[in-house]
Amino acid sequence: MPPELGLFLRFQVQRHLSAALRRPGDIFNPLVFFLMVVTLFPLGLGPDPEVLADFAPGIVWVVALLSSLTVSSRLFQADYEDGTLEQLALAPHPLALAAMSEVLSHWLLSGVVLALASPVFAAMLNMPVQAIPTLMLSLVLGTLCLSLTGAIGAALTVGLRRGGVLLSLLTIPLTVPVLIFGVGAVREAALGYDPSGWLALLGALAAGGLVLAPLAAAAGLRISLEL
Amino acid sequence: MWTFVHKMGSPPWFYRFATIVIRWLLPTVLLALLAGSVWGLLYAPPDFRQGNSYRIIYIHVPAAVVALAGYYVMAIAGLVSLVWKIKMADTAMRAVAPVGAALTFVALVTGAIWGKPTWGAWWVWDARITSMLILFFLYLGVMALFEAYDDKAAAAKACAVLSLVGTVNIPIIYKSVDWWYSLHQPASIKFTGESAIDASMLYPLLLMIGAFYGLFALLVLLNMKAELLGTHRQSAWLRSELR
Amino acid sequence: MTPALRQGSLLTLADVSLERGARRLLQGVTLEVGSAELWQLVGSNGSGKTSLLRAIAGLARLGVRGAIGRSDSFLYQGHLPGLKPLLTCRENLRWHGSGRVYTEMQRIDEALAAVGLAGYEDSVVMQLSAGQQRRVGLARLWLSDAALWLLDEPFTAIDLKGTALLESRLQAHCSAGGSVVFTSHQPTAMDGLQVLDLNQYAA
Repeated sequence: MPPELGLFLRFQVQRHLSAALRRPGDIFNPLVFFLMVVTLFPLGLGPDPEVLADFAPGIVWVVALLSSLTVSSRLFQADYEDGTLEQLALAPHPLALAAMSEVLSHWLLSGVVLALASPVFAAMLNMPVQAIPTLMLSLVLGTLCLSLTGAIGAALTVGLRRGGVLLSLLTIPLTVPVLIFGVGAVREAALGYDPSGWLALLGALAAGGLVLAPLAAAAGLRISLEL
Repeated sequence: MWTFVHKMGSPPWFYRFATIVIRWLLPTVLLALLAGSVWGLLYAPPDFRQGNSYRIIYIHVPAAVVALAGYYVMAIAGLVSLVWKIKMADTAMRAVAPVGAALTFVALVTGAIWGKPTWGAWWVWDARITSMLILFFLYLGVMALFEAYDDKAAAAKACAVLSLVGTVNIPIIYKSVDWWYSLHQPASIKFTGESAIDASMLYPLLLMIGAFYGLFALLVLLNMKAELLGTHRQSAWLRSELR
Repeated sequence: MTPALRQGSLLTLADVSLERGARRLLQGVTLEVGSAELWQLVGSNGSGKTSLLRAIAGLARLGVRGAIGRSDSFLYQGHLPGLKPLLTCRENLRWHGSGRVYTEMQRIDEALAAVGLAGYEDSVVMQLSAGQQRRVGLARLWLSDAALWLLDEPFTAIDLKGTALLESRLQAHCSAGGSVVFTSHQPTAMDGLQVLDLNQYAA
């Protein structure tokens, strides 16, 4: 085993982050997308604060799922197109570790940022204040699960010319538990109950996914490199 | 045992094997389907609450059970293909997907038809129906992924990975949908539990489930044979087989 | 080291055939590359040069038959440069699939100077010209400790001066005991160059 796995992982994450920070628009665009879609719901459902508060956990979570899917579809695109992926696949370091670094940096820049911004969306939808910490925590854990699932889909479709819609077909069914657990936690907290059970389930999904999803993504990437 | 597994991996041997199995399976399955339908639809007693409309379970339940099992068959074939690189496993995996999707679709449609007299609506977001719908999506995903790859060897590998991921996920999905349903369950909808089913209704159901497993195996074998006819049409063994 | 590799050689191909989809590209390719050898793969378009190189590197496994033995210490550089447009030259060269993560900048700066990019260490690659970007990719050859180099079309899109520079680097690698297998359309005149024509293996 190469002795420098930690260095490799840290370097890969650092590489992604510094590249992304030089083009900050890519970080803000998903947030703007999120804001716009959240705006569509009061326009579609009516402005009644009680109705909105009732639907708020579901709205925020469905939009989070969709925005995570749109971003993660491009997870390995750049590496595939510029040849970095070939080098990652040939490197003595495991490809799964490289995939994990990609997912983690993607999650830091999309999911965590979204979770940090989520109180704004909660306020717009009249969500009770006591639910906001749960909302943020559930989004931190849940978006990690979504990024990991998205990574598997992205790995399997990165070599295809028409990957975009296909990726959603592959990943949406797999994300159902994340949505249910996330909405469950936020609803529970909004009603004043203890959401820790749902959050624990989300945490378990994230932990399990962090172990298994990079392996599946690496297998997918090797197949995509055959094309 | 191992020589059998080894032989299964060879297309000519498998083709002959499938031909013999189909010859026996086809009449058996047709007979079982006929017997189960007649028994279930005509001789089993009507349900005391639902009357005769419950009889659709003789199609709905077997289709649902076999559709779920089919996903696991597909995933196991995928695993065999990834680990032992047996080409027939690719063929099997590819053959299972449309059959499983069709059975899932049958389960969904019969569920909807059953829902109309029982609940007064064609579609109700019941936990089992919702899980079935997601299973249907999982099948569609595998089929769409296979079609998207031009290189069919790579397509089979990709589908194997996807179906294995789906296999890990299915128990989580089913459980989460159950919890979701109990969280939102509206008071007016109650599912009559099958656990309370009487033996006179259960035996024809078990026969139908067995018949559907047979039907599944039959359709998969036919599908695999059709695939072999396509890919090996230039081979000498196939020509001599068809003569 | 793969079991198919003979003692003392860096690459062994024994009766290798390649299939792509249902089409057979190559059949019966046999090649033995020892140390300090320079091999050019030639062949018409679509003859499978790139596919063979990818199979040797281990990127392509489907449809590859026969035994491929390759030294574990190798560098593969395909058509694609593997450069991140938003990172600087230094940042880009800190890591490559053939090696470890470089922590000391001095070697990187020397490699950049060797390809004539001294002074561009902290320039973002996106802002360099296409030719300069090619050179950043080539600088990896000055950083590599790998014994076997597998290069796909290394001579495309570089000027005469760059070609001469690259040729001298390949020969220096060989004199140090390493070997190079590369594909190229153009005939190149390097000392000790051996040519493998893939057209003879066309199936």
